[in-house]
This record gives sequence, C-alpha cells and structure tokens, in this order.
Amino acid sequence: MIATYFTQLSYIAAAALFVLSLKWLSHPTTARRGVRAGEIGMVLAIAGTLVLHEIVSYQWIVVGFVLGAIIGWPLGAYMPMTHVPQRTALSHAFGALAVAAVGTSEYYLHTGELSTFTMAVLNVEVILGFLTFTGSLMAAGKLQDWLPSRPIVYRGQNVVNLSLLAVAVGIAVYLVMHPGRSELFPVVAALSLLFGVLLIIPIGGADMPTVISLLNSYAGLSAAAMGFVLDNKLLIVAGALDGSSGFILSVIMCRAMNRSFTNVLFGGFGQVQMAAGTAVQRNYRSATAEEAAAILETAGSVVIIPGYGMAVAQAQHKVRELYDALTRRGVEVKFAIHPVAGRMPGHMNVLLAEADIPYDRLIEMEEINPEFPRADVALVIGANDVTNPAARHDKASPIYGMPILDVDRARTVMVIKRSMSPGFAGIDNELYYMDRTMMLFGDAKHFVGELVKEMTGARVGA
Amino acid sequence: MTSNLESAVFVFLLATFLGLEVIRRVSPLLHTPLMSLTNAISAISLVGSIAIAGAEKSQLSTILGTIAVICSMANVIGGFVITDRMLKMFKKREPGQ
Repeated sequence: MIATYFTQLSYIAAAALFVLSLKWLSHPTTARRGVRAGEIGMVLAIAGTLVLHEIVSYQWIVVGFVLGAIIGWPLGAYMPMTHVPQRTALSHAFGALAVAAVGTSEYYLHTGELSTFTMAVLNVEVILGFLTFTGSLMAAGKLQDWLPSRPIVYRGQNVVNLSLLAVAVGIAVYLVMHPGRSELFPVVAALSLLFGVLLIIPIGGADMPTVISLLNSYAGLSAAAMGFVLDNKLLIVAGALDGSSGFILSVIMCRAMNRSFTNVLFGGFGQVQMAAGTAVQRNYRSATAEEAAAILETAGSVVIIPGYGMAVAQAQHKVRELYDALTRRGVEVKFAIHPVAGRMPGHMNVLLAEADIPYDRLIEMEEINPEFPRADVALVIGANDVTNPAARHDKASPIYGMPILDVDRARTVMVIKRSMSPGFAGIDNELYYMDRTMMLFGDAKHFVGELVKEMTGARVGA
Repeated sequence: MTSNLESAVFVFLLATFLGLEVIRRVSPLLHTPLMSLTNAISAISLVGSIAIAGAEKSQLSTILGTIAVICSMANVIGGFVITDRMLKMFKKREPGQ
C-alpha cells in the first residue's frame, strides 16, 4: 500500500518537475537549473516504478540499465558539438524504438482483451514508433554522410509513400475492429518501418532542421500514446511536452523557410532548385586576406553571418579568434543567426557558444535585420541561401518569400566561399555580384585564420 | 475505464497546452538544448519499459521490455548529460571585454 502511494506521489512530482524543467530552460541563466529539475524528476519516477508490485525480477532491468548507460554515456559526454544533429536524430530513433517495443509487447500480452480505444491508441503508438525509428535512423545516416544527403526523388514517389501509409493505417483500423487477428500485427509494424525509410529518402540536407523537429514531435506523440495504453499519466504528460516542443520547432523552421509541412515532406525541394540554377556569367570582385583585413580593422561595426559551411570547415574556433582580434581593436562584433542556419534548430548557437563566443553577441534574425544598414561590414561565413536577396523580390526564385538576413544592406559585404560554383541548393546568389561585395575565396577555417594573422601581425608591426 | 479514459484525455490536452505555452518562451538561442532536454524527458517511457522487463509475463515481452529499457536508459543518460554540457558553454561576456 505504501509502495503504491510512493509510486503515485513520485509520478506527480516528476510531472511537475518536468514542466518546471522546461520553464527554467527559457533563459540561459536558469537553464541548468532546468536540467537538474528534469534529472530529479527522472530519478523519482524510476524509483517509484522499481517498487511496483508487478515487478517480480530485476535481472533484465539491471541488464538494460547497464547496457543503456554504456550506450548513453558516450552519446552525451563525448559527442562533438558539430555532430549534435545526428546524435539528436539517433536519440529520436532510440526513444521511438523503446515505445514501439513496449507497444508490441502489450499487444501480444493482451491479444483480444484490449478495448477498442486501447487498441486504437496502441496502433497509433506502434505506427508512429516504428516509422519514427527508421525515419530517424535514415536522418542520422544522412547527417553523418553515411547516406547521400541530397534528396533522392523518383516518379510517383509520393503516390507510393502515401499508399503505403494508407495500407498500414487501413490494416490497423481492421485490427482495431478485429483485435484477435494477431497475424496482421507484424504487417502493420513492417509497413511502418518501411514508410519511415521512404519518407526520409527524398529529403535533402537543408531540410533537416524541419525534419528533425517533426520526428521529435512524432516521438513525443508516440510516447503519449503509450501513456494512454498503459494508463500512465506521467507518460502522457512527458509525451505531450515532447510532442508540443517538436511541433513548435517544426512550425518555426517551416516559417523560416516559407514552406509548409507537406511541402517539406513531399516537395522534392532539391529538384525544383536544380531546375532554377540557370548559370549566367556575371562579374564579381575578389579580394585577398590582406585587403579584407584592412577593411575589417577600420570598421566600426561588423556583423558575422555563420552558416552550415562554417560547421563543415570546423572554422568556429578561428572565428572566435577573429572575434577577439576585432573586439580588441574596439570593433563592435555581432553574429546574425538565421533560424534554419545549420542542420537543426539552434545548431549555430551551440557551435559558437562552444567556441566561447558570449551568447549576448548571437542575435536573432528579426533583431539583427534593422541593424544591417548601419553595419560597416557583413562577413558571410559558409551561409548562402539565407542571405540571397532574390528571396525578397524574384518571384521566379525557388526561395522567393523566405525570410532572409538583410546582408546586402550593409556598407560592405564579404563572402568567404570555396569557389563561385553554386552550392548544395544550386541557386545562384545575387549577393555575390553586388558592387559592394568582396568575394574571399578559400576554405573557411584557413581564410579566417589568414584574416586573424593579418590583423595580429599588423598590430605587432605598428 | 471510461472515467480513466476521460481523465487521460484531459491530462493530455492540458499538458499539450501547457507545453505549447512554456516552450514558446524558450529563447531560439537554446533550441538545440531544448530538443535534447525534451528528448531526455520523454525517455520517461523507461517507466513503462521497466514494468514490462521486470514482470516476466512471457519471453517475448521480457526481450522487448529489455530492449526498451536499454533504449530509454541511453536517452536518459545521454540526453541529460549533453544538455548540461551544452548549457555550460553558454556564457555572458566577461567584464572588461
């Protein structure tokens, strides 16, 4: 009896702590307290579960704890920050697999005894769980470059995918009405697993922030469905929190790209872009590190625009040196962060914070945009589409309507880029051909290093 | 059962609205840690997994339960550890800079 009370109390406390945890996460000064609250809630809930009377043996629980800890510790403690997107996708896969496994086991333990409602939610749990599992693995593979990150599209792809899902849902509905037909259960599971793979195949690297958020939402919803099946309110609360978080992030990401969910999932974005990449030879101006450094040194304010290219080149620590060199000369340096810069929401902030750049220098798009006309230099490092002015006025451009950073309004624009060849998206960026733009050709890490050398070298000489 | 179901739906709706309100206020600066923290929190599916792995009702359910415990535990540990690691990096400017 006491044990039951303890379990119930621990679950209630855990639910409250989880909400507080997310509330405290809203600001960097209280965020770590939020992590503590979440950890305490988790420990309480685990303790409350271990005393449940239906647990007759601890052998496999201990095995699971140990193996889980062995897998989880390196994923938390040693994963480099550049790899956080694939780590996140992988953890969505783990979460979804756990949910799907519990759902499957519930089904076989109670075949034929489950109420219609429980059967319906169990099917939601299993379908979402399995499709999120393989979908997240695919996303992780693309982010890790084990799979081609460009979108793979073929004729009739959407028809194939959607009919597959329709068949899975159809069989699931039949299963709800005839819960005893257990031979159909593996079919639902297999179709969901397959759908998860097919869903991610056509999605390109640039769409990953939205897709990761969407998978996050699915993982949360499947956990909430599991709460319904087990009649466990704590699970429902945690799943709902995770689901709504993923949902909000997906909406923010879609808005930042001026696209809809359906467009991201079924759009075949890469194709459209390839068609639009009409190459016309135009004039541009390139400059050396020496020339660029001279302008940067005399500037009053500099805005740096980092993109995924900075992460690929591992240039963030060199960027920090540049930040230091400029700040020491009294130059006001800020970083303009586009919501979809990088491969997951907030990715750039984490990379720059890791390089010890103070977070109050990292400015969101809406706040920094009015400041561009007053900036002496806008320095673009590894960002492309989010700086393309065509998004504002060229109705024919595939990115028309996407909110962009108003880099072209700065007095001088510098772009560090490997070459003039259009990048991943294949859209030509008219920013590069403006009179005020200087193209700085080279590897981002190397070039920023050169800039720093010029500046510190000049200081020694002076 | 019906009253259980009703209260479960209530809990889900209220938690979703609360989640939307609370999470909307999270600064975009912290969206990556937000995702890893909610991921760790939703690994609370561990409690369901533990109950199944420890109940020893059938061989299949014990195997699936153990797999679920492994996956959830990996997310609990990995999620909280990396979130804290990330948040530790967010620093203000040191005075005098």
